Amino acid sequence: MDILTQQLFNGLTIGSVYSLVALGLTLVYGILHIPNFAHGALYMLGAYVTLTSMLLWNFNYWLAIAISIVVVGLLGVLMERLVFNPLKNAPPIHDKIAAIGILLFLEALAQLVWGADYRTMSTPYGEVVNVFGTTLTMQRVLINVGAIVVMILLYLFLKKTFMGSTIIAMAQNRKGAHLVGINTNKVAMLTFLISGGLAAIAASLSAPINLVFPGMGHLVILKAFVIIILGGMGSVPGAILGGYILGFTESLGATYISNDYKDVIAFVLLIIILSFKPKGLFSKEGF
Amino acid sequence: MPAMTKKSIALIALIIGAMVIPFIIQNEYWLHILTLSFIWSIAVYGLNILAGYTGYLSLAHAGFFAIGAYALGLLTVKVGLNYWVALILACIITSGIGFLIGLIALRTREHFFAIYTLCVGYVIYLVIDKWDSLTGGVRGLIGIPAPSNIGPISFQSATSQYYLILFFLLATVLVMYRIVHSLTGRTFIAIRNSEELAQTIGISTMKNKLTVFVLSTFFAGLAGALYASFIRFIGPDIGYTAIIFDLLTYLLVGGIGTLAGPVVGTILIVSVSQSLQFLQDYRMLIFGPMLTLIIIFYPRGIVGMVSEWKMKWFNKKKKTPAEKWKSTYSDSKDVREDKVKEG
Amino acid sequence: MLIETRNLTKQFGGLTAVKDVDFEIEKGKINAIIGPNGAGKSTFFNLVSGSYIPTSGQVIYRGKDITKLPPNKIAELGVARTFQTTNLFEQATVLDNVIVGHRLRTKYNLLDAVLRTKRYKKEEKKCKDKAMEVLDFVGLTNITDQLAGNITQEEKKRVAFALALATDPEVVFLDEPAAGINSGETEGLAELMKKMVKRGITVCLIEHKMQMIMKLADKIMVLNYGEKIAEGSSEEIMNNQDVIEAYLGGDASA
Ligand SMILES: Nc1ncnc2c1ncn2[C@@H]1O[C@H](COP(=O)(O)OP(=O)(O)OP(=O)(O)O)[C@@H](O)[C@H]1O
Ligand SMILES: [Mg+2]
Repeated sequence: MDILTQQLFNGLTIGSVYSLVALGLTLVYGILHIPNFAHGALYMLGAYVTLTSMLLWNFNYWLAIAISIVVVGLLGVLMERLVFNPLKNAPPIHDKIAAIGILLFLEALAQLVWGADYRTMSTPYGEVVNVFGTTLTMQRVLINVGAIVVMILLYLFLKKTFMGSTIIAMAQNRKGAHLVGINTNKVAMLTFLISGGLAAIAASLSAPINLVFPGMGHLVILKAFVIIILGGMGSVPGAILGGYILGFTESLGATYISNDYKDVIAFVLLIIILSFKPKGLFSKEGF
Repeated sequence: MPAMTKKSIALIALIIGAMVIPFIIQNEYWLHILTLSFIWSIAVYGLNILAGYTGYLSLAHAGFFAIGAYALGLLTVKVGLNYWVALILACIITSGIGFLIGLIALRTREHFFAIYTLCVGYVIYLVIDKWDSLTGGVRGLIGIPAPSNIGPISFQSATSQYYLILFFLLATVLVMYRIVHSLTGRTFIAIRNSEELAQTIGISTMKNKLTVFVLSTFFAGLAGALYASFIRFIGPDIGYTAIIFDLLTYLLVGGIGTLAGPVVGTILIVSVSQSLQFLQDYRMLIFGPMLTLIIIFYPRGIVGMVSEWKMKWFNKKKKTPAEKWKSTYSDSKDVREDKVKEG
Repeated sequence: MLIETRNLTKQFGGLTAVKDVDFEIEKGKINAIIGPNGAGKSTFFNLVSGSYIPTSGQVIYRGKDITKLPPNKIAELGVARTFQTTNLFEQATVLDNVIVGHRLRTKYNLLDAVLRTKRYKKEEKKCKDKAMEVLDFVGLTNITDQLAGNITQEEKKRVAFALALATDPEVVFLDEPAAGINSGETEGLAELMKKMVKRGITVCLIEHKMQMIMKLADKIMVLNYGEKIAEGSSEEIMNNQDVIEAYLGGDASA
């Protein structure tokens, strides 16, 4: 079996997960200009809720994912209402700190409820298939297909529905949107709902090939930040593209450079980008 | 003026109080906790001058703390330098690295700065964790010596260490006080208020931001070095991002952008979480929401809250003149409506 | 002539906010820039004061090309400005807000502050004296100890003037100083500008209040869609056909 094809497929899989997480982050950033550090905690909870519904109530995988989407999405809305909305006009340092507070709380909560151990999630799609001479597990195929389906649905929602287009309008101009009669509060809540839902999907899809533990969101969220800086803060296509770029870079880097330092790749990439373009890769020239 | 003298009396009383504590608390454990919170306070002061007074939220400061600690550890254990030389070098090394990182990091602003420094912090942690041959990796660094004697004074006992750290803390507070109450401090505050405005009144924002960044890493490094020689053992987790969140909690609870905030917040939180030892792993269940609630309702923490109360009380006492002021100016407020523009 | 711009142009993406503007700011006079909303007036200020780097063209100050200098260097050379939205530090007193304005004329560093050297004491006093002097000049000596957040809009404008004056400028650029204040207060600010000129400070201002401009300005430039469409004395401007059209046809905000 060809190592390169294997690694490329791996990169695609990792990239799919990163893209989904980054999408939620970038939507929230686009609408509210908050770098939501708590997004990683939503991701982590997404995995736990799915896992619990499967273990505790014997729900099937898909139903469990659906529950997780709803629960985490609503949690996102709650966060927006209780924390970010009151801080709308506060200095920029405040919402970051508030987000960090939520992150710490949710992680501790997960540890209290589920314990600190690493858990595995079983999947009904564990069988191995053979595609073009490469052996893959069904779950990995599912991650890729699932991610693409979600992205297409999101695209249709944003482009073809009224609600979706208000999100886009507001991302472009919050004040202007308010003037033409868009209910900015509603849009903000909806965005958090979608953002949480995306995190839940990403976590539930990837949990069977990774481990579930309270700190599982740390690295993912950091990398999602790298991705949205790479792809332009607030840009939807940027988040998707950036996610896949990072996925491929990492999986190739792990094989051909060093597995130990593969997690550093993202950060070094970010440090390099911001060193040359302090406002992100696609910042418009301004003052 | 009488307020001034009242303040200095209170301050002197506090310092004397801190001096006699070892005679009152005979319990070594609590002395240890207090000393530890003094060390953290020094790091929080470093964070405060940057985040609180200049408006740049650095999430890399756990990393700088760890650099200070490892610099001291390596210089004493592996190189065998004299403790005090190593301490000075550790501070210089940390602020040197701070200078280099600041040079690039400070080109970014706001969210970008926070994310950038978060990544820098994580890289520092990973380097310490993985660079086994230098740092000992996850096994950590053991056998770090306590501060060596200065003439007849030895720093082996808990009490003497307490006084040593207290000395460093007081020095830190003094330095911070003097900076904040000087043109330099005003310059930092002007940058926090509006970088654009600061530049047009002739302030070189880059130079000033770099100064404050280096200064703040210096104190993070100092705290780290003191920590290393106090605990005598260090591992990579002192550079983990969880530590920066602890430091932020101390700062926020005490009062960001206030002079007393760091020490108030740190001592309070450290001692409370010690009393709730059983909570150790779950302390963030309380501190997390606390951080969020404080930033929403009391953005300037305990110290800000107290000074607000004091102001209210003060105003009540001489209500009439204050009231007069308001009414004279309330009429002209009506014409305020600024045209809403680009913003 | 104190400042001259040559073919000054600024583009934001596809939008040309300032286009080929040649303008001369006369020393010791009140120069004014008018034009409809979005005409590029503030952008012009930002270019001259160094906040933006022009896409093309030059800014010449006393015969020296300052086009590429950063704002703080330009301020050191004697160019001060205020902003359209006054952004004072509201939690500090008026005096504290203004003191830092003289920082650029001091030479002292962190070590002086920490060690409280002689130089520190001298320079602190110098800044404080300067602040009191300019606050006196703008007529605010009675509120120096008030928090900047608690004063009226008009007083805020004056504090912003004082801050600009504390830098010891040769020329001040004032972006809509009279926006959001009533007509009586506007008179007062106009007087203040005249007083500045008497002191030898050149003034250049942006204003929408036509009456005030016509009485006050020695020289007026009119911008429309980034282009200079007229320049001259009040009379010349009032009778200029292009100007009348620009104001009637465009935004009637004047
Ligand atoms: N940083 C920027 N990025 C993109 N476009 C900008 C920027 N600054 C200004 N513009 C645009 O340039 C044009 C000129 O703006 P400017 O602020 O100079 O107008 P103005 O004449 O000062 O208007 P007003 O009277 O409303 O203050 C406007 O269309 C504005 O949207
Ligand atoms: Mg303007």
